[in-house]
Parts: sequence; C-alpha cells; structure tokens
Amino acid sequence: MYRWDFLPVLANADLLLQGLVNTLAVTGTALAFGIPLGLALALARLSGRRWLAWPAGFVIEFFRTTPPLVQLFWFFFALPVLIRVEMTPFMAAALTFSIQSAAFFAEVFRGGIVSIERGQWEAARALGMTPPQSMRRIILPQAVKRMIPAFMERAIELMKTTTLVATVSYADLLFQANEIAQKTFRPLEVFTVAAGIYFTVILLFSLMARQLERRLAVSGESTVH
Amino acid sequence: MAEPLLRTIGLRKSFGEREVLRGIDLSVAPGERIAILGASGSGKSTFLRCLNFMEIPTAGSVELGGRMLGAERKRRDGGIDRVYAEPELTRVRQRVGMVFQQFNLFPHMTALENVMEGLRTVKGVKAPAARERAMAELARVGLADHAEQYPARLSGGQKQRVAIARALAMDPELLLFDEPTSALDPELVGEVLGVIRSLAEEGRTMLLVTHELGFAYHVATRVIFIADGEIHESGTPDEVLKHPQRERTQAFLARHREFSL
Ligand SMILES: Nc1ncnc2c1ncn2[C@@H]1O[C@H](COP(=O)(O)OP(=O)(O)OP(=O)(O)O)[C@@H](O)[C@H]1O
Ligand SMILES: [Mg+2]
Repeated sequence: MYRWDFLPVLANADLLLQGLVNTLAVTGTALAFGIPLGLALALARLSGRRWLAWPAGFVIEFFRTTPPLVQLFWFFFALPVLIRVEMTPFMAAALTFSIQSAAFFAEVFRGGIVSIERGQWEAARALGMTPPQSMRRIILPQAVKRMIPAFMERAIELMKTTTLVATVSYADLLFQANEIAQKTFRPLEVFTVAAGIYFTVILLFSLMARQLERRLAVSGESTVH
Repeated sequence: MAEPLLRTIGLRKSFGEREVLRGIDLSVAPGERIAILGASGSGKSTFLRCLNFMEIPTAGSVELGGRMLGAERKRRDGGIDRVYAEPELTRVRQRVGMVFQQFNLFPHMTALENVMEGLRTVKGVKAPAARERAMAELARVGLADHAEQYPARLSGGQKQRVAIARALAMDPELLLFDEPTSALDPELVGEVLGVIRSLAEEGRTMLLVTHELGFAYHVATRVIFIADGEIHESGTPDEVLKHPQRERTQAFLARHREFSL
C-alpha cells in the first residue's frame, strides 16, 4: 500500500504558487490580446471584402489546424532567427497563445454574430444606422451574450493548453510541479496537487461565468449604456 | 394636387430569375394613407422594402420629396443603372420609418431604450433629451408605464406599439407598415390598429400592407391591389373594396370575405 506524504509538496508550496501565477499570467495575456484580436478577425472574415476576409480566414484556419506545440516552437526557436529578437519563454508563450486563441475566439464571435436574426439587422438599418453602428449597438451585445458558454469552453481549453509552455522552460504550474517532483521524489503527490489546483481554478472560473450568465438572463437582457 | 412626398417610377425588383415587381408607378401625396392589398407572394412586402431600400430596386427609380434617389451609371451595353451609396440610403431610412410584422424590437434593451436608440445613435441626441422624447412617444402609444420593461415581458400588442413608438421617434415623413397585426393574437389586434388610426387622424403619411379589410376601408384614403408585381387596381376604399372593377380583385375580396360574419 502506497503511503501518501504531502509534506514535501507543502514545503515547496511557494514554487507551486509561483507556477500558478505564471500560468495565470500567460492565460490572462492570451485572453487580453486574443479576444480583441479574435473579434477583429471575425469582423474581417464577415466583412464581405475579399481582401480582408481572405487573409483573416487564412490566419484563423492556419492557427486552428496546426498543433499548438509546433506554433510555440516556431515562435520560440524560428522567429528569433528571422527577425533577430531575443525571445523570452514568456514572450513566445504569450505571442503563441494570443494568436492561437484569437483564431478560436474569432470562430466563437462569428458563430454568435451569424446566429442573430436577420430582423435585428433590418430594424437597425431601418432606423438609419450604418452597418458598423448596427454591429456595435444591436448585434454584438446580443451575440456576446449567446457566446458566453462557448467562450468559457475556449478559455478553459486555453488554460489547459498553456501547460505546453513548460517545453520552452517557462516556469508555469506544470513546469514547477515537475521540478518539485524530481527534487522530492514524490511525483504522485506533486502531480495530484497540481491537478487539484487546475481543477479548482477552472471550476471557479466556470462558476463565475455561470453566475454572469444567470445575471444577464434575470435582468431580461441588460447592456450598459 | 400637392407635390408628391414619394413617387416610384417603373419600379422593378428581381430575385435572380424571378421578377417580383414589374414596374410600379405610385405617387404618394403628403397626408395620404394608402392600404396595399394582394395575395401572398404578390410582392407587397418587396414593394415596401424597396421604398426604404431594405431591398435595392433592380430598375426604375424612387423620388423622395421631389429628389430622385441614387445616381446613374452607364452599363457596358449602353443601358443605365441606378446605384445607391450607403450614406444616402442611411439618410433616406431616417425619413422613411418602417414597422415590421415581427416587431423586431431589440431584446437587450428596455422599451424606453428601444425608442431612444435611433435618437442617440443615429441622430446624436443627448441622453436626457432623447429620454424625454422617447417617453413622449411611449405615452402616445399608451405604454409610458412599461418604459422599463424588456421586450420579453411585453405582450405582442405592446411590442408592436413600442416598435411604432421607435419609428415615430425619428420624425419620419413617411411610415411603412408591413402587416403590423398579422403576428398578433386576435384580441391584441385592436390596440395596435387603434394606435395606427390615431396616427392617421394626425394626418401622417403612411403605406400599410394589411389583410384587415375593414380597417383599410375606414382609415385609408386610397387602396391599391397588387397582383403579379403590378398595381392591378387602385382607387378610393369605396371603389376598390366595395365596387371592384377587375376580376382578380373581386376574387381576392371574395376569398377574404368567405368566412366573415
Ligand atoms: N430575399 C428574397 N430572395 C428571393 N426571393 C424573395 C426574397 N424576398 C421575397 N422573395 C420572393 O418574392 C415574392 C414576393 O414576396 P413578398 O414577400 O414581397 O410577397 P408578399 O406580397 O409580401 O406576400 P405575403 O402576403 O406572404 O407577405 C415571393 O415569391 C418571395 O418568395
Ligand atoms: Mg409580406
């Protein structure tokens, strides 16, 4: 019978905590850049102008169909050769996951936008709104509300995918766990705790999203003026 | 007769191969209320939608306030097309209000916000003034006490009245109604027709597609019957509804009266 001993993990709690902070930093950065960039890509793809739609479509499909690990290696090892910049593990990770998540968010945005009934566009246009005004005031607020579940799904997927950054020696939660495991010879305990941390953080996020959804549903539908 | 507010000349619209409007000439004087009748698929909605350019006419032209809309462009084969720039259409739509069969209220906004939206976003009116104006329009349709309700909490009749207030807030010179009561439960039709009648009494100019023959008879100043994308018969309500001259109009009216009391 295996004898569990969590004390060595506890002794290294500060390292794990730092790993968690780093994981959240990459995830947060990717979300902060990925969401607006995703919206821009979606709008470009829906614009109906070929010179905008086509490149946007290419970026979206390219980053959705290539393995994230290949993208990460490319940004970390290949890009510095091309443009002679010093790439820190964090920069490479932030860049990769910002663009990669933008590609996925673009499809979430697009799905939300096209799901809005034609009548909403018509009512907006009939008032004399321009297409950008209709999009901003009428279509997007409704689309975003419908997107929350799909959006949450992507954000969770993103956080899990960021574990790949350990491969370029970025000290995220998984990287730190691995270090501690090798140091303490307690992989079972360390990885159990690491899994527990991922589980807890992601569960908290989902609950918050659920709460937000419920709030929007209760107030009828509210957007801030 | 006064200068027409709106005039269509040889208005045509095709969807692909299918020609839905085949040359409609109609002149609308200020204060006129024109009821448009016709069988399903005859092109009534398409005609209305060409007037605020929700659909772009394939041929012919539209004059608003004496000015012909769009610009000419020579085709390669020597013929002439009319092209319409988005900014001009945006201005036209502010002058020509539309009320839809399915209301199309903005579900993420309260009744008041729905009515304020055009004032704020399109006309750039400041919030306090827009609010005041929107409240006045809601009061006019009898919904001042529902201003803070979201559309999901309103009945169909109330939704359509908010939609009318939303259109009125823009001060349109012409109002288009496309079967405004067809999506309503019978007991809710009256409240919407009541509002439209009060607008008629104010002397507003309107075009109304409707199957409510009685309402058309009492409220319209002119009735036109559309068949196969053309104006088949036109005249006063008495002429068209009581003494139709043409066979298809007679048949249409007979079908409508078949089950009435
Ligand atoms: N966007 C479109 N694309 C293709 N065909 C269309 C489109 N809009 C309308 N049509 C066709 O044009 C014809 C006329 O349609 P329209 O909606 O104007 O008729 P209507 O007189 O309003 O009928 P109803 O009483 O059923 O509302 C129909 O055959 C319809 O299928
Ligand atoms: Mg119709």
